[in-house]
Amino acid sequence: MPGAIWAIGETGPDGELARISREVATLVRGLAEVAGREAAGVLVAASPAAAADELAAFVPRVVAADEPLAGGNAVAALVAARVAALVAVEQPAYLVLGATPDGRDVAGMLAALLGWGVLVNATEVGWDAAAGPTVGMSIFGGRQLTTSAFSGERGIITVRPNTVTAEPAAARGSVEPAAAPAAVPTAHSLPAVPVLERVAEAGAAAAIEDARVIVAGGRGVGGPDGFGIVAELAEALGGAVGATRAAVDAGWIPYGHQIGQTGKIVKPQLYVALGISGAIQHKVGMQTAETIVAVNRDPDAPIAEFADLFVVGDLFEVVPEVIARLRARSG
Amino acid sequence: MRIVVLLKPVPDTTGQERLGPDLRVDRAAVPAVINPNDEYALEAALRLMEARGGDAAITLLTMGPPAAPETMRKGLAMGAHRGLLVTDPALGGACSLSTARVLAAALGSLEFDLVLAGVDTSDGRGGVVAAAIASLCGLPYLSYAGQVELTDTAVRVRRLSPRGYDLLEAPLPAMVVVTQTVGEPRYPSLKGIMAARSKEIVTRSLADLGLAADGVGGAAATTRVLESRPPASRAATRVVRGPAPEAAEAVVAFLAERRVI
Repeated sequence: MPGAIWAIGETGPDGELARISREVATLVRGLAEVAGREAAGVLVAASPAAAADELAAFVPRVVAADEPLAGGNAVAALVAARVAALVAVEQPAYLVLGATPDGRDVAGMLAALLGWGVLVNATEVGWDAAAGPTVGMSIFGGRQLTTSAFSGERGIITVRPNTVTAEPAAARGSVEPAAAPAAVPTAHSLPAVPVLERVAEAGAAAAIEDARVIVAGGRGVGGPDGFGIVAELAEALGGAVGATRAAVDAGWIPYGHQIGQTGKIVKPQLYVALGISGAIQHKVGMQTAETIVAVNRDPDAPIAEFADLFVVGDLFEVVPEVIARLRARSG
Repeated sequence: MRIVVLLKPVPDTTGQERLGPDLRVDRAAVPAVINPNDEYALEAALRLMEARGGDAAITLLTMGPPAAPETMRKGLAMGAHRGLLVTDPALGGACSLSTARVLAAALGSLEFDLVLAGVDTSDGRGGVVAAAIASLCGLPYLSYAGQVELTDTAVRVRRLSPRGYDLLEAPLPAMVVVTQTVGEPRYPSLKGIMAARSKEIVTRSLADLGLAADGVGGAAATTRVLESRPPASRAATRVVRGPAPEAAEAVVAFLAERRVI
């Protein structure tokens, strides 16, 4: 049988399976069915059992690699080394990861270790009998879509959040332990980078890439207090809070919330832009959102050209009215 | 302290960027600028140098077309000391892996204590090349840095995490990938612009680096673009004006129509 397709899992801060990994595993299972190949999940962590178990809901087979060093060190180099060692033994053809900070790091290292190509930020993955995976991605901030393939019969793909909806398989998969770390060739090992301290900071938690709804604020919210109403609307819609670079640079909200050229790229079902002009540096991070609603006092703001619904008005007058109506609905 | 900053010329984000008929970035369509995230990496290097009372030499390392020095010159004007450009006709259409191999080979020809890179580039936004280089060079890899500190022998970074940050430390030499939270890039001063004119940008070909033209670059690309198309165009914008209660009513009705509430 030709080489398998693997979902490389990622764990969250409490050792749980990251949400992106459910999506990646769902995508891998579907792709393997179409391709007539085996699908498997790989999870490398300090105590992988719980997350591996979660992953097994999505793929028929999960390999759980216990990596004790992952608890107290930066994980990417450790994960990449273990995955590369497993690849050397089992010879899968394609590795799929989330396009997250850790997923990108691991993908880059695996490319170097294995000598495989990488296709990044997939928003669509198909299968072609001759070319293998066909990977759709948007470039230039969503103004152009491309479909790419690997030149050879091996490759690594990073997938954007919300590319597929996570769906457990009809039957749970098996979980098996990976070979001992002693099997890892030393050439694969980068020096471990210890974590001296894990520091919690208020407002840092911003899983905006996963969010189905994002309410974002820009210069027009006027200051850190203005983000109160942004957060309130986000809560009423069950969404996350985003921001423009101007708001982040002004210190109104942490960088983790920033969407755009030097921040995150998001593709939620609904994007509500409050007091955001829609400059191109912001637009490239959010214009592939399915629905865009904007509230801005300036009728000539660039966002008027690409929002689906554009409210010309004062956000501090309109948004409380919207929140009141949403609350009345959910009453 | 010897610091190398990876710097990529990218098409300016003007909304006019496009692929040419060969499905490669059409570099003639828009002017090239320093990749915005690389400007943050350079700014981080300059601040580390200043924190050491100026005791550092900063080299810009670029793989790019022959015109890349025009873009690199701004980095020299900001305060970097010299540039190294790897340029070769065979590199057109290089994939991420080739790019990493070429830059790793170029790093191998330099003496350095710290390599700084931006978190991704505004054209491809893959964010995988720096990690691949660290792997190829065997460098400790510290990514997603919100803050960087340096001693004579070690680097310490705050790596942004979903909860806050993780404090990481590694001995030098090391590779650090920064986010924009390291601080806003400075504008070149007039004095800096004048000084940059006489700073050296050394050019190297693949052969100079001991790389075979069929091993990296367009001919060895591990990925290929099959097709390119514009996205489906959005429907025309619906504009709502009027008193807040009515506008809010329209917003809620629209959200219901789109089935997001």
